[in-house]
Amino acid sequence: MNPNKKRLRRTMMFLNAQKPGLIKDPYIYKPDSIMLDLEDAVAENQKDAARFSLYHALQEIDYRGCERVVRINGLDTPYWKEDIRCAVAGGCDAIRIPKTERPEDIKAVEAEIQIAEEDFGIPQGRTLIMAAIESARGVVKALDVCEASDRLFGIALSGGDYTKDLQTYITGTGVELMGARQNLIIAARAAKIQCFDTVYTDLNDMEGFRRDVETIHLMGFDGKSIINPRQIPIVHDIFTPAQKNIIFAEKVVMEIEDKREKGIGVFIVDGKMIDIAFYDGAKRTIELAKASGVYKGGL
Amino acid sequence: MINAVGRDIPEEILKITGKEPFMGIHHFDGSVYKKDGPYTKCVINSEGSKMVDSIHDCLVKCGIRDGMTLGFHHHFREGDYVVNMVMEEIHNMGIKDITICASSLGKAHDKLVEYIEDGTITGIQSSGVRGKIGRAISEGKLKGLAIMRSHGGRVRAIETGEVRIDIAFIGAPTCDDYGNCRGIGGKSDCGVLSYSMVDADYADKVVAITDCLVPFPNFPAHISMTKVDYVVVVDEIGNPEKIATGAAKPTTDMRKLMMADYCTEFVVNTPYFKDGFSYQTGVGGASIASTISLAKIMKERNVRMRFGVGGLTKPMCDLLENGQVDALLDTQDFDLDAVESVINPKHFRISAGEYADPFNKGAVVNKLDFVILAALEVDVNFNCNVVVGSDGMITGAQGGHPDTAAGAKCTIVITPLLQGRIPAVCTDVTTVTTPGESIDVVITDYGIAINPNRQDLIQCMKDVDLPFKTIEDLRDIAYSITGKPEKVQFDDKVVGIIESRDGTVMDVVRKIKEFQFTGE
Repeated sequence: MNPNKKRLRRTMMFLNAQKPGLIKDPYIYKPDSIMLDLEDAVAENQKDAARFSLYHALQEIDYRGCERVVRINGLDTPYWKEDIRCAVAGGCDAIRIPKTERPEDIKAVEAEIQIAEEDFGIPQGRTLIMAAIESARGVVKALDVCEASDRLFGIALSGGDYTKDLQTYITGTGVELMGARQNLIIAARAAKIQCFDTVYTDLNDMEGFRRDVETIHLMGFDGKSIINPRQIPIVHDIFTPAQKNIIFAEKVVMEIEDKREKGIGVFIVDGKMIDIAFYDGAKRTIELAKASGVYKGGL
Repeated sequence: MINAVGRDIPEEILKITGKEPFMGIHHFDGSVYKKDGPYTKCVINSEGSKMVDSIHDCLVKCGIRDGMTLGFHHHFREGDYVVNMVMEEIHNMGIKDITICASSLGKAHDKLVEYIEDGTITGIQSSGVRGKIGRAISEGKLKGLAIMRSHGGRVRAIETGEVRIDIAFIGAPTCDDYGNCRGIGGKSDCGVLSYSMVDADYADKVVAITDCLVPFPNFPAHISMTKVDYVVVVDEIGNPEKIATGAAKPTTDMRKLMMADYCTEFVVNTPYFKDGFSYQTGVGGASIASTISLAKIMKERNVRMRFGVGGLTKPMCDLLENGQVDALLDTQDFDLDAVESVINPKHFRISAGEYADPFNKGAVVNKLDFVILAALEVDVNFNCNVVVGSDGMITGAQGGHPDTAAGAKCTIVITPLLQGRIPAVCTDVTTVTTPGESIDVVITDYGIAINPNRQDLIQCMKDVDLPFKTIEDLRDIAYSITGKPEKVQFDDKVVGIIESRDGTVMDVVRKIKEFQFTGE
């Protein structure tokens, strides 16, 4: 498995691939991933110019560990194949497919990526995939989509198009997104991949944004798509584990590793019954704590 | 001759100007001199009037002639009409060889380029110049040398007699028929008249120009009748919309907010951040944002500021309104909130001399704990450039930059590492305007560098969670992104000098040369 498949992705920042001022150094804001957009942000007659700037940015700019995802144009457009070739040739980390509804969409993109990796001498399997779910059909078919490819690291809800399809609109309360959010997180977890929430577009309402992130954090999402660097510290703050949870997770990891050697399956940590099922969650807490710069322990 | 910041000052320039090369910011500390004084006309007859019908008549009464030096202030900023109005009349009268000694000049004065080209104006002395005048000087069109001096340096130059102002023109938002001027109460309010005070004290003739004549006495006067020879009323002295704009909305640019947060975090971790500290900041987005975030922490920690200095803007005046600062000391107002705050009894008007003159018995800048500044370029020796663009063109002003930097206990410069595609942290600044010995910290979006001369600050930051780097690291990061910039190509001709606040030569500005590719 590509080791990057499970990397930390609390924040994925949308950037128009055609705007040098935006894509030159977004890493200073420390998002976990950036999403260089060739789709909606780029005008129809500027697609080739955007690809040109994307390719050179990927080749020339040191993004300092920030994951570089490229959003290609929809599979119903004449652009997506060339988008993939350009992104893969540039050395992107992942391709984001918009408007995904069927496992066949993933397979089609996977096939093009494979050809591009061969053509441009990129190691096979290096380029990952994520799928944006933007319709009612996509939500219903989520599990099939999630299981379509080994390259698929996650799915993301795209709330704007989804609510249109549902014949409603973004209310700011989250009520219109409840079903989709639940469905997607369940499907993603069933397929053991990651799940990301939609953007929050009202930049004047940072309190509303905070509440939104708190909700999706509790629901189990791995992260959120964002449209402005001001949103990053809020997401990272909410996803930063509390000290007591870090200490507990540390104990759980150490105890499980210790007890496993001794052949003990179930035991007590701080009065709670613990078994191997807690291991991944505790490890994830430690990883999050490390990424948030609050872990001082030795794990 | 190589000066104390390593700049080669041509002997010929030292000879022409009679100046010495810069020898360090404290070189003249404790030296003694006798101040210059103006000619003063005794007005004993109570029948006389100071009112004059037109600028033309006023110029005639003042004895305008070729070769004179005229003083102007820049409190009207980009809304100023006074300089152009006076110079147009002088041009129409066929007078030549005028030197303008202004506290600053901007794009509002683009029209002066015609007068530079036809020899009406042959000398410019200013804090700096923006717009077309800057270009004209950089292209070698000014016959004499342009002299760029700080706000404190201008007062020093006038008080020592290095510059003798023949006629000073004071644009006054309100004035009475006997010359009492105020910065408020009219239709073109600028709040204070601080930069003009030295002109009023030292010019041989002083003319008040107003568009709002009020009954005598216009008290409390910001410039007293005892110093004013003539009063002229015109339709408009400036464009109010450009003199004092509405307060700028606090920035939402994350890069600036990030630098502001770094700045605040730095400030609060120094030993100077305690009850009774003093503070000055500029008008850039990051500076304003840092004042706002500092105010929050002051409230949380119950720390009061004793005094704030400016160049004032709304966030500083808010501190006064909220009772977080005891006093504001004001030399200039940048927005309407600051202008309106002038009537607050704890908002004190000070002269440019009180603010920053290095050659008096002690100025406000010497009492500053913190000053937050910007810069076009900073080099690995912490020298700053705030006047000449990285393209070699004169495009900015010293303002109080070197004055406050020299005086404050902790001088912080905030700049994004890259200004567009140009590294702001570099090996050698294009032109030195503020010497590195007075800069303590450089804050960028990529990290923070403390001047190695300030081991005390380095020590107190050792457990602080901020992205500290060396200044060389910052330069290397910048160059790794942009490549090493090629040097700007200059002609040999010196078109201007950057005068240190003590009157020595900090650097020279050469004529720009059209770029030619030199690489292979």
